[in-house]
Amino acid sequence: MELLVASAIGILTAGGLYLLLRLRTFPVILGISLLTYAVNVFLFASGRLTIGAPPILRDDITRYADPLPQALVLTAIVISFGMTAVVVMIGLGAYLGSDDDHVDDQPEADADTSEGRP
Amino acid sequence: MTHWIIAPVILPALVAPFIVLAARYHIGIQRVFSVVGVLALIAVAAGLAWQASDGTVTLYQLGDWAAPFGIVLVGDRLSTMMVLLTAVLGLFVLLYAIGSGWDDRGRHFHALFQFQLMGIMGAFLTGDLFNLFVFFEVLLIASYGLMIHAGGNDRLRAGVQYVLFNLIGSTLFLFALGAIYAETGTLNMADLAERVRLITPEETVGIRVAAVLLLLVFAIKAALVPLHFWLPSSYAEAPAPVAALFAIMTKVGAYAIIRVYTLIFSPDLEVTQGLHDVWLLPAALVSLAIGMIGVLAARKLDRLVAFSVIGSMGMVMISIALFTPEGIAAALYYIIHSTLAGATLFLIVDLVRCSRADLQLTSQAPMAGAALTAGLFFAGAIAMAGLPPLSGFLGKLLVLNAAFDTDLVVWIWAVVLTSSLISILGFARAGSILFWKAHSVAPPEDETPLPRPAPLSYVAVGGLVALLGLHTVFAGVVHGYATTMARDLFAPGAYIETVVGTPGKLSKPDTDKAADKEDH
Repeated sequence: MELLVASAIGILTAGGLYLLLRLRTFPVILGISLLTYAVNVFLFASGRLTIGAPPILRDDITRYADPLPQALVLTAIVISFGMTAVVVMIGLGAYLGSDDDHVDDQPEADADTSEGRP
Repeated sequence: MTHWIIAPVILPALVAPFIVLAARYHIGIQRVFSVVGVLALIAVAAGLAWQASDGTVTLYQLGDWAAPFGIVLVGDRLSTMMVLLTAVLGLFVLLYAIGSGWDDRGRHFHALFQFQLMGIMGAFLTGDLFNLFVFFEVLLIASYGLMIHAGGNDRLRAGVQYVLFNLIGSTLFLFALGAIYAETGTLNMADLAERVRLITPEETVGIRVAAVLLLLVFAIKAALVPLHFWLPSSYAEAPAPVAALFAIMTKVGAYAIIRVYTLIFSPDLEVTQGLHDVWLLPAALVSLAIGMIGVLAARKLDRLVAFSVIGSMGMVMISIALFTPEGIAAALYYIIHSTLAGATLFLIVDLVRCSRADLQLTSQAPMAGAALTAGLFFAGAIAMAGLPPLSGFLGKLLVLNAAFDTDLVVWIWAVVLTSSLISILGFARAGSILFWKAHSVAPPEDETPLPRPAPLSYVAVGGLVALLGLHTVFAGVVHGYATTMARDLFAPGAYIETVVGTPGKLSKPDTDKAADKEDH
């Protein structure tokens, strides 16, 4: 299971990073979503992988799951979900306003006629 | 346990929803509540700073849970000083926003402004790394709203870049937190400080990765080259009062680096070997150089100021990267200076924008109110470029003095002095094009002159310049206090003892368990 989880995190991160380096808003947002999936699984794994163990400590229980990463993941999911919604809205506004969804600054129109260029 | 320490977080958190819910359509009421809220915030912050000034570390356990298990807020000299600085800056920025009418050009400015203050205050006060992440997100999501306040395509496009960059930063932050938790099993800063010390040199691989990731996250916030790409267009396109408030946001990154890398990953540990001198210091030197070259190369006034902010963050980070008490003291002095100077310049940019066709650095006809604006720009530029008599000069001297005994003294002195010269040239060029060459251009006949900025705008900018003056006049006092703070940071015993040692619920699991067994 360790191999499965670790490679899942790795593949998600690699895919996310690849999409992050694209030029347009939509792939970049998808890339960020993949990265947040990866980080959520990673946070889960930071409390060690356990199967079928209760997260609450009682007297007769010796094997239990760490509850704190689960709380952290919950917070992280909520925050990243909200943030993704915000960036989709702002990105949509920028795209509809300027009819261009490049993430980077495009060269200004007068740049071609500036000094040093024909 | 007094509850005052949580007031800087709670107060804006209550004022903001009130403004949204009750005063939604009444800009006048919004303004009154916002200003009164910030004034109350200054009073509370001053009280906290006074309380902490004798070295008391105030602990606030949320829900009365003891430190490693519950979230704590900690008020020591450094965090209360930053809270006070934020509140004071907030007041002048708010006055400017009201004076210039920026708050009425879109909706919910005042509510977002209060939420922004809440996030910044929380980030300064928290004693828990995950809580720091949460407050970062609070201040970021408010800043997303403020950044695109009043709309417009250029602003939205800059907003997309800003949001995306910060989302990546947040994801990295979570990776770092996961790695730290996996290695140490705690996220409380004081508890971490004790546990990281126990890790043997052979087992530092995981925690080393976490330390570097965390440094990257804070460096994104502090706009350290090569992680500065989000700053120029975001700050240039953001509404002026927002850009001025953002002057404190880069300092949140600097504060987090100072706090985490003195308390948890202190420079004497095996974990952090090579982090400060091999990575942080060269990056800071390059930031300073790139920032000041950007000042000289900028073709628009708002970009010029944005690059000067990158340069001044470079100066702060050089001083931090020395990781000596003198270096941190100089950095703290410079942080106050750089916040005030950056905010002043961003507001002056808006004064110019108000009465000029655009911000291109080309000769245009004289603008209304040019004499007063030029005078303020002169003062702001002197402060930012670090010329005598203002506090930038003293701050720079302190940084140079702190770097004197290190191995890299030649590099630091060379970069600091050369970049100062370049920035002076850049500011002098901008000022002379904007204000002097204007007299040789005849105003066009058929155009109605653009309006003169409102008096309240001048009051706000003048107030910030006056604060810079005070920061210069009382430099001895401030630097003395900064030295005390730096000494605290390098002897964190009192901080750790207060956080970990204060009893609360669940503080002694062994005795609790024993009591439970007796009950059964």
